[in-house]
Amino acid sequence: MPSEPRGKVTINSNECKGCGLCVDACPPKCLELAPELTPYGVHPARYLGSACTGCGICFYACPEPGAITVYRMMPPPKSPATLSQEANRAATL
Amino acid sequence: MSDYRVIEAKSSVFFDRYERKPELQQQTHYCPGCGHGVVHKLIAEAIEDLGLQDRTILVSPVGCSVFAYYYFNTGNVQAAHGRTPAVATALKRSHPESIVIGYQGDGDLAAIGMSEIVHAANRGEKFTIFFVNNAIYGMTGGQMAPTTLVGQMSTTTPWGRRPSNEGFPLHMAELLATLEAPVYIERVALCDNKNIMRTRKAVRKALELQRDAAGFSFVEILSPCPTIWKMTPAEARNWVAEKMLPVFPLGVLRDRKLPPSGNAVPPQHSVAELLELAAPGEAPSTLQPPRAPLPGLAVNIAGFGGQGILLLGQVLAEMGLRAGQEVSWLPSYGPEMRSGSAHCHVCLANERVGSPLVEHPQVLVAMNEPSLRKFAAQVAADGLVLYNRDALPAGFSVPQARVYCVPASEIADRLGAAKTANMVMLGALLELTHALPAETALAVLQTKVRNPALLEINRHALDAGAERIRKAVPPAILTTA
Ligand SMILES: Cc1ncc(C[n+]2csc(CCOP(=O)(O)OP(=O)(O)O)c2C)c(N)n1
Ligand code: SF4
Ligand code: SF4
Ligand code: SF4
Repeated sequence: MPSEPRGKVTINSNECKGCGLCVDACPPKCLELAPELTPYGVHPARYLGSACTGCGICFYACPEPGAITVYRMMPPPKSPATLSQEANRAATL
Repeated sequence: MSDYRVIEAKSSVFFDRYERKPELQQQTHYCPGCGHGVVHKLIAEAIEDLGLQDRTILVSPVGCSVFAYYYFNTGNVQAAHGRTPAVATALKRSHPESIVIGYQGDGDLAAIGMSEIVHAANRGEKFTIFFVNNAIYGMTGGQMAPTTLVGQMSTTTPWGRRPSNEGFPLHMAELLATLEAPVYIERVALCDNKNIMRTRKAVRKALELQRDAAGFSFVEILSPCPTIWKMTPAEARNWVAEKMLPVFPLGVLRDRKLPPSGNAVPPQHSVAELLELAAPGEAPSTLQPPRAPLPGLAVNIAGFGGQGILLLGQVLAEMGLRAGQEVSWLPSYGPEMRSGSAHCHVCLANERVGSPLVEHPQVLVAMNEPSLRKFAAQVAADGLVLYNRDALPAGFSVPQARVYCVPASEIADRLGAAKTANMVMLGALLELTHALPAETALAVLQTKVRNPALLEINRHALDAGAERIRKAVPPAILTTA
């Protein structure tokens, strides 16, 4: 099974004005403008469903307050071994 | 399924729904790709992250962002065109604990509002201005702005801006950076991801400085206006980078760590101290607490300039002050300092004076005929009119009021100083109304009239006015005469 993307986004098509700025801004190019029209007559942005890194760039590129919501995968709980490794590293800094 | 958590979402500083239009409660009114939306988001996010929502008052301008108050769930005031810094000054000074944010476009700030922004910055007002520079008047359809680039088309420069006719683009950040007071001035741009994040930092920093009461902070944001520029949103962002950046270089122009030293609070003297009613430091309330509450009184004193109209009002007001009353004195005179008409309103009250304007005086002191004719009808029912002649003009009456004719000028003339006619009137007024004791009038006069001989005449004038009333023919007979 391919590993799940680190991030994902949802687009509120009631808010999206189809300006396309998020599509341009997304580094891994995982957004596009959908072919269908919203009731406001614009092609809304949509997530292609893979490769989102959860970087948040599209959120800041978008002029609409709530058109985009960005999610990031929670880091898996750390094992006791990594925790003590980190503590050692911090102590030697 | 893995666990995803939200890392970026609509700020809680925005309203859930926008009430501007019933059918568009989810959409801002901005064009697709407009920079205003991005600026709004960055401001909302900073307010939220810094925990300032309950303290924030946003002043929105005239321009495309006029409706910002429909979006920000904060305190909101919408200012007249260009007046945001003046409104923000009042808000911040009267509510120093609040976070006051002025939001302005380039027409608003750099054209009609140039004077307000320069003076607010120069005074170091402790608020923040976010200046959205899109090099054009957006709202009104694309007229030239002060920041329009050389050669840029607009409806008012259809062949491009020519410096020979329209001057050069104004550099507001640089201009304000010539002033001493501002603590933080930076220019940023919404031209690409990296610069949007720099803008985010600048917005946050400006608000942090205000939170820390540092001083005036100003962030100029170069911002796309795809509609008026007739470009796609992506082209407009590129245009900011390619055309605006060379003219408006980015960067920090002022970053002062410490607020300028000095106390903004002026040295305080109480009104009583200034009027020599109290020694410096002496609490004015110890002056003379009112023994029994005195009756309040609203007076209009009118006549020619030079008749001592304003002084009569001042003495009356200061008498009230000495008696522990709340008082106001509102002078009004024409451009001529002498011989024009003058009048003043005086309120003596036992509570704070709401408005110093006296629309319906209980007492009108008319020192000449034009003033009598002008103001008699305003006198309150059962009010008093004191008229500076021994009879009313033929055929003239003041049906709602009692009229006392006191030929004060003649009396004063006989006493040897025509200019004490005002004190004759004061003596008459005090005798009629018992508003305040006549000794207080003398006490006030002692601080104003340093010449002992003249002071003596003033004392006689007060007495003569009172005497005239004691001997007066009852007014009912006078008015029907
Ligand atoms: C006293 C007054 N004068 C003129 C106008 C007309 N007017 C409305 S918005 C505007 C200019 C707006 O341009 P800008 O401040 O750059 O804001 P933008 O719309 O570009 O965001 C003008 C001149 C007005 N509303 N009030
Ligand atoms: S979060 Fe980053 S990777 Fe994901 S869609 Fe937005 S810009 Fe693209
Ligand atoms: S930037 Fe925002 S408004 Fe523009 S297309 Fe993307 S989601 Fe829609
Ligand atoms: S006209 Fe320009 S500034 Fe005004 S909302 Fe449209 S894009 Fe924005």
